[in-house]
Amino acid sequence: MANLKELSERKELLVGGHRLCPGCAAGIIARQVLLAAKEPVVVVTSTGCLEVATTIFPYSAWKVPWFHNAFENAASTISGIEAAYRSLKRKGKIDKEIRFIAFGGDGGTYDIGLQALSGAVERGHRFLYICYNNQAYMNTGIQRSSATPKGASTTTAPAGTVIPGKIQFRKDLTRIMVAHQIPYAATATAGKWNDLITKVEKALATDGPSFMDILSSCRLGWGHPPEQTLTIGRLAADTCFWPLYEVVAGEYHLTYKPKKKRPVTEWLKTQARFKHLFKPENKGLIDTIQNYVDEQWQKLLKLCGEE
Amino acid sequence: MSEKRMAKTANEAIAEAMRQINPDVVAAYPITPATEIVQIFSQFVADGKVTTEFVPVESEHSAMSAVVGASLAGARAMTATSSQGLALMWEILYIASALRLPVIMPMVNRALSAPINIHCDHSDSMGARDSGWIQLYSESVQETYDNVIQAVRIAERSLLPVMVTTDGFILSHCLELLTPLLDKEAKDFIGEYRPKNFLLDTEHPFTVGALDLQDYYFEHKRQEAEAMIESKKIILKIGEEFERKFGRRYEFFEDYKVIDSEVATVVIGSAAGTTKVVVDQLREEKIKAGLLKLRVFRPFPAEELKELLKNVKVIAVLDRADSLNAVSGPLFSEIRNALYDLEERPKIVNYIYGLGGRDIGLKEIHSIYEDLEEINRTGKIKSLLTYLGVRE
Ligand SMILES: Cc1ncc(C[n+]2csc(CCOP(=O)(O)OP(=O)(O)O)c2C)c(N)n1
Ligand code: SF4
Ligand SMILES: [Mg+2]
Repeated sequence: MANLKELSERKELLVGGHRLCPGCAAGIIARQVLLAAKEPVVVVTSTGCLEVATTIFPYSAWKVPWFHNAFENAASTISGIEAAYRSLKRKGKIDKEIRFIAFGGDGGTYDIGLQALSGAVERGHRFLYICYNNQAYMNTGIQRSSATPKGASTTTAPAGTVIPGKIQFRKDLTRIMVAHQIPYAATATAGKWNDLITKVEKALATDGPSFMDILSSCRLGWGHPPEQTLTIGRLAADTCFWPLYEVVAGEYHLTYKPKKKRPVTEWLKTQARFKHLFKPENKGLIDTIQNYVDEQWQKLLKLCGEE
Repeated sequence: MSEKRMAKTANEAIAEAMRQINPDVVAAYPITPATEIVQIFSQFVADGKVTTEFVPVESEHSAMSAVVGASLAGARAMTATSSQGLALMWEILYIASALRLPVIMPMVNRALSAPINIHCDHSDSMGARDSGWIQLYSESVQETYDNVIQAVRIAERSLLPVMVTTDGFILSHCLELLTPLLDKEAKDFIGEYRPKNFLLDTEHPFTVGALDLQDYYFEHKRQEAEAMIESKKIILKIGEEFERKFGRRYEFFEDYKVIDSEVATVVIGSAAGTTKVVVDQLREEKIKAGLLKLRVFRPFPAEELKELLKNVKVIAVLDRADSLNAVSGPLFSEIRNALYDLEERPKIVNYIYGLGGRDIGLKEIHSIYEDLEEINRTGKIKSLLTYLGVRE
């Protein structure tokens, strides 16, 4: 459990003045992740909104050693950095404890960077990989990714007169990471700060690779007022659209169980990307989405021994 | 100086140099004909002969990405590859050089697909010629080894990555005599790596790889260009020191009887060895033949080449790669470019040879000199570009 008073006394490592949109969850998440770190950290970020908006030369919002290499290689880059650390430590050239964190968007993680991430996790480097997941390629203008949920309208899978947005369900990357026998994997969402920070603390204490998939609303791509960011983040968990859980050494644990599971429409209607779903002709699609959410939730409850 | 001579392939010689360098981090991925380098080196790691952290990555893209990360973190970092592997690294090659990271990469020359082929030509490294990497080419196993050792110093002095190439199979898999340095000699020559700024220095955090727009990008590229210009002096200085200590001479190129020649070729890599035999034969026949063997292709020593070639009457540039630009191979363009400012320019023609490992022998090279002599006699160029040794 994170202590709010104690957190408020820690040094800010991602400072204001960056150019993320007002209400962007990515900055909130990155800041909370860094607050959770007790040791010095080295951070890598893949190409995307977080990178672009926090580091326009000669400015930088980062108070930690920070490196952006390219789009698809945050995991291989942090592998090299961590290998350098191990090597120099063994040779006595460095003696302090350092933690390594890679941030990647869903595009840089689920899609183009999946191979690099898989390789790095299989090799067992000690690092925390954070996917700040806004469910599309936002930096290039809201294109679909394999993390985009079914039915969402994006610029490359737009809602049209014939096709109602993205056809496919999203990929379940956390389960893919679990299939790597990763020692620690978890989901989180902006708005549940305590859950998020506690998980980061556990991840950073893990002697090996760890992975967190953090739902990160994009007010521009999702279409909602900026002040709604955290409410929407919590609603994702309350509707079980985005369940919060962790997998420690293969064991699933639910970290948040809504007192009353709310219908997925409550989540869908907060965002313009789902607006077309509420047309009468798309009623069936909403049912499909609700069924899918229910099914996934039931499966998860079973995995967590909560049934 | 070491007296120890041994028979080694270029791959073995590279691995031996890497053992002596003992990099902090090596990240690499197998590809014929460079695979052995990684295999032999992995055995050194397994046997504790090096203290390197070896990262067996899942692709060459990740190899270059990891090495870039390691280098920025403060480590001496190396990888090795060939052909398709280099092609897969492409994106990150430019990042390594623009971030001024002294990464060292032995690169075994092999043809690019398609069609898939595992044998030697220079299409791979020639394609990377504008990526901001220093490129050293090697004629023999000994030169490959010596170039790798010098590359460490050149990279760390110039703060530019260095690619050392060797010809696939022709050198990578052929035994030649090698006189390596003694371990201590190598260690002393290379020295310690002490980066000024490095990511693991968490007390002095800095941001690398920021978005760089219209107001700064150009200045940063200009600095990179300056580093490449400056690296010329560094390469020569380190070559001189190497010669002083170990007796083998390394400059931008080797002047093999060019100075008083009327007809000369410009050659890169192992074909230079064959060409030397032809030059010697021609010299016995009192034909003033010469060979310029280029070692350093990046930075391109245009001024120095011009000085040496200015009195030659007819020159043939041999390219083991095609630019597919409907004019010539890549080396030819640059050599002809270098000669443009001369008041009296030599005549110059281009031969593209050896693609996909097609053998080139004494006969073919002899035919080139015959062509050159004919041009010298008649003053006429029949064909600017000849594809040599291909069925047409
Ligand atoms: C190899 C490569 N392909 C494409 C791009 C263009 N590009 C830059 S950022 C980006 C999308 C990033 O999406 P994501 O990872 O989800 O991050 P977000 O911007 O949504 O935060 C793309 C396609 C690139 N920079 N490099
Ligand atoms: S476009 Fe979306 S993800 Fe990008 S900065 Fe704006 S709100 Fe954040
Ligand atoms: Mg995204």
